[in-house]
This record gives sequence, structure tokens and C-alpha cells, in this order.
Amino acid sequence: MIPAAAYLMVSAALFFIGAAGFVARRNLFTVLMCIELMLNAVNLAFVTFSRQWGHYGGQVIVLLVIAVAAAEAAVALALVVLLFRNKETLDVDVFGQMRE
Amino acid sequence: MVHAVLFAILSAIAVVAAISTVLRRHPLASALSLIVAMIALAGLYALLTAPIVAILQILVYAGAILALIVFVIMLLNVRAEDLEYEKNAVPRTLFALVVAALPFGAMTWAIWQVAPAPLPAVATGFGSLYDLGLKLFGVWSMPFELVSLLLTVAMVGAVALAKRRLDG
Repeated sequence: MIPAAAYLMVSAALFFIGAAGFVARRNLFTVLMCIELMLNAVNLAFVTFSRQWGHYGGQVIVLLVIAVAAAEAAVALALVVLLFRNKETLDVDVFGQMRE
Repeated sequence: MVHAVLFAILSAIAVVAAISTVLRRHPLASALSLIVAMIALAGLYALLTAPIVAILQILVYAGAILALIVFVIMLLNVRAEDLEYEKNAVPRTLFALVVAALPFGAMTWAIWQVAPAPLPAVATGFGSLYDLGLKLFGVWSMPFELVSLLLTVAMVGAVALAKRRLDG
């Protein structure tokens, strides 16, 4: 059988790939997708521990996280549309200042 | 044995697709890579006897959220030649690798300290819709209702934001 640690390693790898992309990339969409990737990595850890302890809490939390991710994606994409209409660019450095 | 082979294949697909998500220049290519990663993750959930979570992962994540992202990328009509050259790509990448590698190393060590044992067997029927539903609408009903409230607020917020006039 596969140890829980193997699943947790995949989870950690996905999380830090997402984190590295979040830091390194400047494209607004790619940064958003890196956040989704990190959320998914955490979900995998939750499901692994749910399996490890035979407890449903982890699976329920994953369902809630998926719903929160849907809400986050809806608002974030509306903001992206607004920002793109305003500045005609997807470079996150251009959106440095919150005012105006 | 089959379990181990499936785990190796699915986790390799997930990690490669995740790296491709981060590295591809065009956001549409990233989004498609991310869909592949999500589907591989759904397979891993199924291996962990969480079939409902696996199905919802494909329906909601790969189906709805990523479709929404792809839709907005196409709506904004992002073309490869419109993408700006990403400034300071090399120092940023090095910084990101250091930032990610250090905690990843620490976490690897911690993981093998805590959970090296194989996964225990679970009762037959673990992860069934019936049991998960009892938990979701039983002890977890309060967070569940709060999430539905959050979804409503997010929906109203998204419509209000997207409809706003630029200079109004």
C-alpha cells in the first residue's frame, strides 16, 4: 500500500509549484491559476488525512473549499475584466497602485 | 500493485501539468494544463476512496471554474503577440525557486517524520454519498449554509463589478 506520506509529498509539490509561479509570473491569469493550484494541493492533503483517520471532516472541508474557490474565481475574474478594460494590459506590475 | 501504478501515473501527470501551468507563456495554455492537473487530482481522490469529492472535482473545478477562466481569457481576446515581455524573468524565477524550495525541503522532512506508515484499511462504503451527506447536513450544516451565503454574495459582487462603467 502507498503511505500517506507519498500523497502528502504530491500535495506539497503542487503547493510549492503554485507558490513559485505566484511569485515568478507577471500575467494576471497565470497568477490566478497558481492560486487555484495551491487550493487544490491543500485539498489533496485534506482528503489524504480523511482517508488516514477514516474521518469525513476532511472530505466535507474539501467540498466547502471547492465552493469558496468558485466564489473566489467569480469575483476575481470580474475584477480581471474590469482591470483589463481600464488599463488594456494583464501585467500585474501595472496594477501596483490601488487608487484611481 | 495496481494501486501503486495508478498512484505513480496520476501523481506524475498532476505534477507535470502543474509545472506546465506555471511555465507556459499564454494563459490559455496554462488553463488547459491546469484542467489536466485537476483531472489527475480527481483520480487521486478516487484512489483515496473519496469518489464524491472526485466527481465534484471534475464537475465543479475542471468543469465550471476552469471553463469560466477559459471563457474570460477568450472574452478578453488575449493573443500571444499582445502579451508583454515579463521583465526580470530570470531573477524572479531564481527568487521563486529559493522561496519555494526551502519550505518544500522542510516540509518533506516533516512529512516523513509524521506519516511514513501505510494507509490503514477503511470500512467498506467509506466515502459513500449517504455517509458524506449525513455529515455535510448534520454536524457541518452551519459552515454549509455560510458557504451558500458566500456564494450569493460573490455572485452579486461579480455582477456588480463586471457591469460597472469604467469612468462612472
